[in-house]
Amino acid sequence: MKKVLAFPHLGDYKHPIKKLLQDLTHLEVLDTPPITKKTIALGSKNAPDSVCVPFKYNLGNFIEALELGANVLFQAGGGCRYRYYAEVQETILRDLGYDFTFIQIIGRDHLRFKELYHIFKNLNPKLTKRTFIKALLFAFFYITYLDKLDEIIRHRVGFEIEENAFLKLKNNFIKECSKSKNIFTLTKIYYKYKKKSKKVKIKKPKNCLKVGFIGELYTAMESFANYELEKKLAKYHIEIKRFTNLSYLLWKKALFLPFMKRKVKKYCKYTLGADGLDNVYRVLWLKKHGYDGIIHTKPTGCTPEIGALPIIMKVAKEEKMPILFFSFDEQSGIEGINTRLEAFYDLLTLKKEEEYESLFRN
Amino acid sequence: MKTIGLPKALLYYHYHILWKTFFDALKVPYVESKKTTREMLEKGKEKCIDETCLSMKIFLGHIASIKNQCDCILIPRIYSIEKKEQVCTNFNALYDLVRNVYPKVSIINYNVDVKHHHSEENGFIHLGKQLGFSKKESKNAYKIAKKKEKEHNQLLEEQGRKKMHSKKTKILLLGHPYNLEDDLIGKRIISYLKDKDIEIIYSYEVPKEKVNTCVQKISPKVHWTMNKELLASFIYFKDHVDGTILLTAFPCGPDSLTNEMILRKKGKNKVLLLTFEDLNSDVAILTRLESFLDMLKGGIHL
Repeated sequence: MKKVLAFPHLGDYKHPIKKLLQDLTHLEVLDTPPITKKTIALGSKNAPDSVCVPFKYNLGNFIEALELGANVLFQAGGGCRYRYYAEVQETILRDLGYDFTFIQIIGRDHLRFKELYHIFKNLNPKLTKRTFIKALLFAFFYITYLDKLDEIIRHRVGFEIEENAFLKLKNNFIKECSKSKNIFTLTKIYYKYKKKSKKVKIKKPKNCLKVGFIGELYTAMESFANYELEKKLAKYHIEIKRFTNLSYLLWKKALFLPFMKRKVKKYCKYTLGADGLDNVYRVLWLKKHGYDGIIHTKPTGCTPEIGALPIIMKVAKEEKMPILFFSFDEQSGIEGINTRLEAFYDLLTLKKEEEYESLFRN
Repeated sequence: MKTIGLPKALLYYHYHILWKTFFDALKVPYVESKKTTREMLEKGKEKCIDETCLSMKIFLGHIASIKNQCDCILIPRIYSIEKKEQVCTNFNALYDLVRNVYPKVSIINYNVDVKHHHSEENGFIHLGKQLGFSKKESKNAYKIAKKKEKEHNQLLEEQGRKKMHSKKTKILLLGHPYNLEDDLIGKRIISYLKDKDIEIIYSYEVPKEKVNTCVQKISPKVHWTMNKELLASFIYFKDHVDGTILLTAFPCGPDSLTNEMILRKKGKNKVLLLTFEDLNSDVAILTRLESFLDMLKGGIHL
């Protein structure tokens, strides 16, 4: 039987991951259908009810991909419940009567090079170590450049004059990158688009509102899971800083952890599990760099974040940082989110105006 | 000498023998908190967000009740008990959480993180150091405590084996020890079942050396040490009992997935899932329990 690969959605990273899988296996990689309300309905129908939302999204993705004819599924793993997702999802899908192979890329709590090589060697017997490393490096640079460009865009997207100018730019960047064959052309494309993104006309006031976006990884990266919060913020003309991205999770975090631990010594002696400690550190960082507010997102029932939340609340209170907590589940009541966001925006603008006036008073 | 407070919740039920013998050997006085009450739960709820799991709320309530009776409270931080495995992330954050939520309470702690080379023995030596004992003294005390714990475990296993061959109706009560033994959660069920003259087998009575082989049959990749024991106990006891009751506290992270695994692979075994919340009444749970018992007996004969 012909093998067709599929993997669950994670924001824009489907492009680099698809490219990586194609380079490594030379098999057909299926475009998992975009997340819709049907996906989450399928997922939550078959998943246990008290599990966190990413499980349901991923399960919905898998079911839709299997319906389209995929038969090799990929799932990763992490520090929390995420590591056990793969096995439960495999059991559930088998119970539904599908026939497939299920591959977990990160079986332990971090990525292992040798393990990964053997997985892909099984899929593609012609794979050599040389091509394997080459493809991995390409994906590494692809993800890094994508994240870097994203960061530039996030600073400017709220103030664009022509609508969707940055979205078009990013789509073009992804299109060109997926066509390029080696790292040198990739780098060239990145610098070309970096220059272009700075040429897009914007109208940015000097004292614009700046908001930091922290929280759990899936709701931060997958825009459907957070109801396109970033787009909504951009519409309010707010500059956004988001920390969590794939390059951070895969390699930057390990390098950065000892430093963060030292900085938050007052509040945390040990790591809190998953991204708990990082989020405590980020509150301090955002305060130090003059941000106006913080938005914290997490899926309902995310254990590491629940453990970290009382600490985050305390830090934010001590630092006098306005913070808004969102807890997302599979219900899609978008109006409630809009109202809370609007109120938060009003609060930030009022606070900013007060600060501005008090400058002149003194 | 400092008096140490042991809150009777969460890790207490995993480690109480070890802690108590350790402190006895060093002649350190300690106090335990009283049984869980509704009041404690209310106090714990004030201190954390509402999504926190029930066991954690109870734990925070215990700390509030005990903090004035002792000089410091023992709260260990546990990341991994065995290599390549983890525990629920609540235990990773437990120490820092309590430190931030109760800023005035002094806490004594030790760290167990086998993955990053902090073994349990080193943790206890560190604990002894904080109390002013030398390395040798605390090492000896740890050895005595560990021996006692082993004996206690053997006793439990022996009990389990004996109950397995009893002729009464047998029910496997499966859940974390801190849920089973808690007065607000498990004790109500246990007393009800005992009234009905039913032999109860607890999930922590599974032989420790059988855990790794048993768990391979149901879920080889599970990485929570504590849930591994639950899964293994289900496999070990399932053919010897008439029914299984799964006890969980409401938003329990690991349980939400492992219970699904048990429910999907239970085959012909009869399994009842009971989820406890902070605002439930006895009546609903007892009704379900009653109907489950009736089902085990093969239907209601009026």
